[in-house]
Amino acid sequence: MRKHWQLHLLVIPPLLFFLIFKYYPMINAVLAFKDYNVIKGIWGSPWVGLQNFRLFFENPLFWTLVKNTILLSGYLLLAGFPIPIILALMINEVRSTKFKKFVQLVSFAPYFISTVVMVSMIMLFLAPRLGFANIALNFFGLESVNFLGEPGMFRSIYVWSDIWQTAGYSAVIYLAALAGIDPTLYEAAKVDGASRFQKIRHVDLPGLVPTIVIILILNVGNVMAIGFEKVYLLQNPLNLANSEIIATYVYSIGLLNANYSFATAVGLFNSVINLVLLVTVNGLAKRVTNNSIW
Amino acid sequence: MAATVPKRIRESTADRAFLITIYIVLSLVVLAVIYPLIFIISSSLSSPAAVTSGRVWLWPVDISFSGYKALFNTPEILKGYGNSIFYTVVGTFISVVLTIMIAYPLSRRSFFGRNALMMIITFTMIFSGGLIPTYMVVKQLHLIDTRWALLIPNAIWVWQVIIARSFFKSSIPEELLEASEMDGCSDMRFIWSIVLPLSKPIIAVLVLMYAVGQWNAYFDALIYLKSADLFPLQLILRSIIIQNNSAGAMDAAKMVERQQLAELLKYSLIVVATLPVLVIYPFVQRHFVQGMLVGSIKG
Repeated sequence: MRKHWQLHLLVIPPLLFFLIFKYYPMINAVLAFKDYNVIKGIWGSPWVGLQNFRLFFENPLFWTLVKNTILLSGYLLLAGFPIPIILALMINEVRSTKFKKFVQLVSFAPYFISTVVMVSMIMLFLAPRLGFANIALNFFGLESVNFLGEPGMFRSIYVWSDIWQTAGYSAVIYLAALAGIDPTLYEAAKVDGASRFQKIRHVDLPGLVPTIVIILILNVGNVMAIGFEKVYLLQNPLNLANSEIIATYVYSIGLLNANYSFATAVGLFNSVINLVLLVTVNGLAKRVTNNSIW
Repeated sequence: MAATVPKRIRESTADRAFLITIYIVLSLVVLAVIYPLIFIISSSLSSPAAVTSGRVWLWPVDISFSGYKALFNTPEILKGYGNSIFYTVVGTFISVVLTIMIAYPLSRRSFFGRNALMMIITFTMIFSGGLIPTYMVVKQLHLIDTRWALLIPNAIWVWQVIIARSFFKSSIPEELLEASEMDGCSDMRFIWSIVLPLSKPIIAVLVLMYAVGQWNAYFDALIYLKSADLFPLQLILRSIIIQNNSAGAMDAAKMVERQQLAELLKYSLIVVATLPVLVIYPFVQRHFVQGMLVGSIKG
């Protein structure tokens, strides 16, 4: 250890970063159990036990928030999870290297579009009067729709634009897993006279299972952590009934209304549920499929 | 890879139909991805009237650059552009340096405390104090409304550390280290003159990922910045397109024209804000994919 003091010196600044910006906030989360007072500061403010949590659970918005959060990410999981797998399986079948590269290049690209630009595009396309979608509807003799003003459409807009943006990116990991499958398995399948579809069904898919399980665990572990940014940007007073999720609520209550203690409690509730979900799914996966992230 | 598969075997009709279906579906996917992008670019190059009356379907109609002209006449956009360049350059530099500083020692088997340190950092991936407690820290450090707020609090991404660590682990041979230790080379010297030159590919990946992240970031700016002078482009973009704040005082007679121009400006703005990333993207896609793979394999 003495010999490598320089390495330890090197690690200090990054370690400080993690302590200050990741761990110190965890300590600051005691705010959730306090009645924060600006003048007294975090530690001087009086303890109130679970009062902030009780306030949240008894809040008429509680179930709406939990429901919106879970429905939105559940929908995203259900629709968005299989698509990259299917995409990867299809790309994997393509023999022409050029076409393969082209499909990957194009499908990967939207991943680099920022959330703000993505939402800007959605808004331009779905704008009530001048949006492309409505112009197209009118062209076919249909009535205009105020897409972003319909609470019922919010989830679909969110989920399908997300799939548009990330499916190509997510497919890359599956493609890598497919490339790692033992070629002798394919030859065996060929000798047995397997069709293309049977080959996918009996060689490709089983080969993907470990990767699928890991990605699934990670996705389920993110159910409560669904992106604040895009939801917040897509939100408007008309679709709020379906678009107010826990993360956006924490932002508006906490930072906009400066109700720090209450918002911290809500955020902590969210993080803890998320952690519990992750640990549970990981444990389940370990037991059922022998794959897990730790 | 596929060279070993004998090509001469005749495919059954069902197989060929299956393959053709796949080609068709993939072509549709490509169309679905690319069409909105082309539409945005074409609109940005069309005349304001053509855009607002919905005459643009695929290619630009009545080509005009008035959207871009308007954009260059809006000082706040130029300012935001400048700010974004600053945040991207400085932020990327800080992030890459810090990431290497922790990733390299973590890759060394002899590094004391390696597992504990790894646990400390990966735990932050699955649990966090939350928005408000993090905000309070930034506030206590007096970083609110300074440029530092966008450069420091999110400087290191755990995922990038994991990717870099796997790279160092697999591509810096242990023998090299032993040999240079024998020659009395210090760790710093070894990193500087052997590790870094050998790690150009991973440094490129780190630079690209962090740069794209910084260029696209807006959330930190939203919560930590108050002065419009410091706003990055993404925040300006939000206020112009999403909150529709572009219109200043409008002359009634010119209103329609102005409105059309404001609408067109949005398309140009999207193009200009995304261009830097999309232009370099085809050249660096390979690196991105590699970076992702290195990270996912060692997960």
